[in-house]
Amino acid sequence: MTIINIEHIAKIYQVGSEQVHALRDVTLKIDKNEYVAIMGPSGSGKSTLMNMLGCLDTPTHGLYQFNGKNVSQMNDNDLATIRNKEIGFVFQTFNLLPRSDALHNVELPLIYAGVSSSERKDRAYEALKSVGLADRVHHKPNELSGGQKQRVAIARALVTKPSLILADEPTGNLDSKTGEEIMELFNNIYEQGNTIILVTHEEYIAEHAVRIIRIKDGLIEKDEAVKRRYIPNSVSKNINTVGTV
Amino acid sequence: MKNYLFELKEGLIIAFRAIRSNKIRAALTTLGIVIGVTSVVLMATAIRGIDTSFKEGISSLGADVLYIDKWAWFSNEDWWKIRKRKNIRIEEYEEFKNLIKLPKAVAPTLWIINKVKRDDKNIENVFVTGTTSDYLSTTNFSFSAGRFFTDVESRGSRYTAVLGSEIAESLFPRESAIDREIKVGDVTYRVIGVLEKQGSFILGNFNPDKQVYVPIGTIFKHFISDRIRSITINVRAQNPDMVEATKEEATAVMRKVRGLEFGEENDFSVNQQEGLTTNYDQTVGVISIAGYFITGLSLFVGAIGIMNIMFVSVKERTKEIGIRKAIGAKRRTILAQFLIESSLICLLGGLIGLLLAVLLSQLMAQFLPTTIQVDIVMIAIGISLLTGIIAGFAPAYTASKLDPVEALRYE
Repeated sequence: MTIINIEHIAKIYQVGSEQVHALRDVTLKIDKNEYVAIMGPSGSGKSTLMNMLGCLDTPTHGLYQFNGKNVSQMNDNDLATIRNKEIGFVFQTFNLLPRSDALHNVELPLIYAGVSSSERKDRAYEALKSVGLADRVHHKPNELSGGQKQRVAIARALVTKPSLILADEPTGNLDSKTGEEIMELFNNIYEQGNTIILVTHEEYIAEHAVRIIRIKDGLIEKDEAVKRRYIPNSVSKNINTVGTV
Repeated sequence: MKNYLFELKEGLIIAFRAIRSNKIRAALTTLGIVIGVTSVVLMATAIRGIDTSFKEGISSLGADVLYIDKWAWFSNEDWWKIRKRKNIRIEEYEEFKNLIKLPKAVAPTLWIINKVKRDDKNIENVFVTGTTSDYLSTTNFSFSAGRFFTDVESRGSRYTAVLGSEIAESLFPRESAIDREIKVGDVTYRVIGVLEKQGSFILGNFNPDKQVYVPIGTIFKHFISDRIRSITINVRAQNPDMVEATKEEATAVMRKVRGLEFGEENDFSVNQQEGLTTNYDQTVGVISIAGYFITGLSLFVGAIGIMNIMFVSVKERTKEIGIRKAIGAKRRTILAQFLIESSLICLLGGLIGLLLAVLLSQLMAQFLPTTIQVDIVMIAIGISLLTGIIAGFAPAYTASKLDPVEALRYE
């Protein structure tokens, strides 16, 4: 089943009198339960593509179908609904609400989805439990470590049972050991049947995925399956070998 | 519907958090609204107080009473021309009384200002009104003790006096005034009645509470004659609906008494408190518009403060707005969130302002019969909420329009 179907999308920004082609012509399909890494140097259009995939932005030209729905023509409110119900975001800087505890942070998408308070609390707790933070539900972000914050963010992404988990450099602000733990978590999520798109510029992080799409100058440079995939459990045991592979 | 409730609750939680985490800023911002609401409420209360006391005073005069007088209360006529009019004499009153049919009662009055004494107590500048027993029927007076003078007493110019409540209170603070003697100037009167408090101070010394009533003959004999000063004929209609008819009859009868030919101008005036009311309404109307405008300005300044701080708040929380939008908050959700916050600040300010106004109105109550009424409370709360919504709208709208990508990038 196809979750993402992108045909010839382009994104053009007007910067002063100059037109910047962030994406030129991208065509791409992602099926359910795929684990895709999007790679590219900065300025490649990687972030623009991610914003597009995450329905945070719409293309200037081209077609974007998400779960069969045409997203490219949607207005702000419909996009917000798609983001709320279909997409779970995980950001490099965690992007948790600083004044809210972990439980409330995880509850937030459910509030906007109109889920009742008791159900919200149950589901948020379950989500936090699934990322191993059952004992941290009432901690605020500044009382949590980086890895724990990212786990809260992952719980927040999972709590609405979205069709797609979109992670933007999820290990970028973490040390390598913690990063590996997070990648292990993503692998579990993938193995449970979820679809994950991972945006990164680190080769070895990308190789946790099953498929890598490389972007350069607003175009897809390469789209290929990972030949030797890291299965995080084994890697975390042999973390010292990472650099040599 | 459910969504709206959840979002409202979330909005309130966020707003409380935001206010709590910026206590001093919130307090300073709220101060503007506090001052605005306090002054608006006090102004409304004061205006209502003035209004109430005036209307009470007027009603003690009686809405259905006409005053036939040499002088016009409200007139564009030449003062010199009016001055040349003949005085109304007591004989003319007698004739008038015999001819007129419609009124409930008619009574002559003539007042003087004099000192009123009792032993060592004396009050300067008391209005002493001379009249007849019929006067009682032209008023709504009731008595706390005794009675008004009888027909026999007024015709016989007996030295009997009826005291207004304040006069009685001052001269006889701890005892009954009935059958006691007082002096008006050098003339001794026996007190036969004390009026109940009428409660009107806007009328100043005309307030019945501050007057003494005596038979009109005693005034003529000892103080002033109707040759020197015109008497006034008080005419009370049967009921308020009859005022116009009574006015017409009174004019016609008075013209007959004066022997005026057809086409000749009236050489007297028929006054009524309606003129007073119209005049008053105009004056108070202007005062209240000015008052509300000025106090409204202070509220406006408060509102600008709120708007300012909300813009700052939106700016500071750009990242938060981005996060909320990314995980599914719609535009209206963000709009509502900031509107709730500004309304809450204003509502808190309004409630504090209201509390202050209640305290200050206690002070004001020493000068005016003021009580803050429920409708003023409701209006004040309404106004503060409205201020919050209006002042918060522009910042909230800005927040709702933020591009999630840009907002997420904001540090």
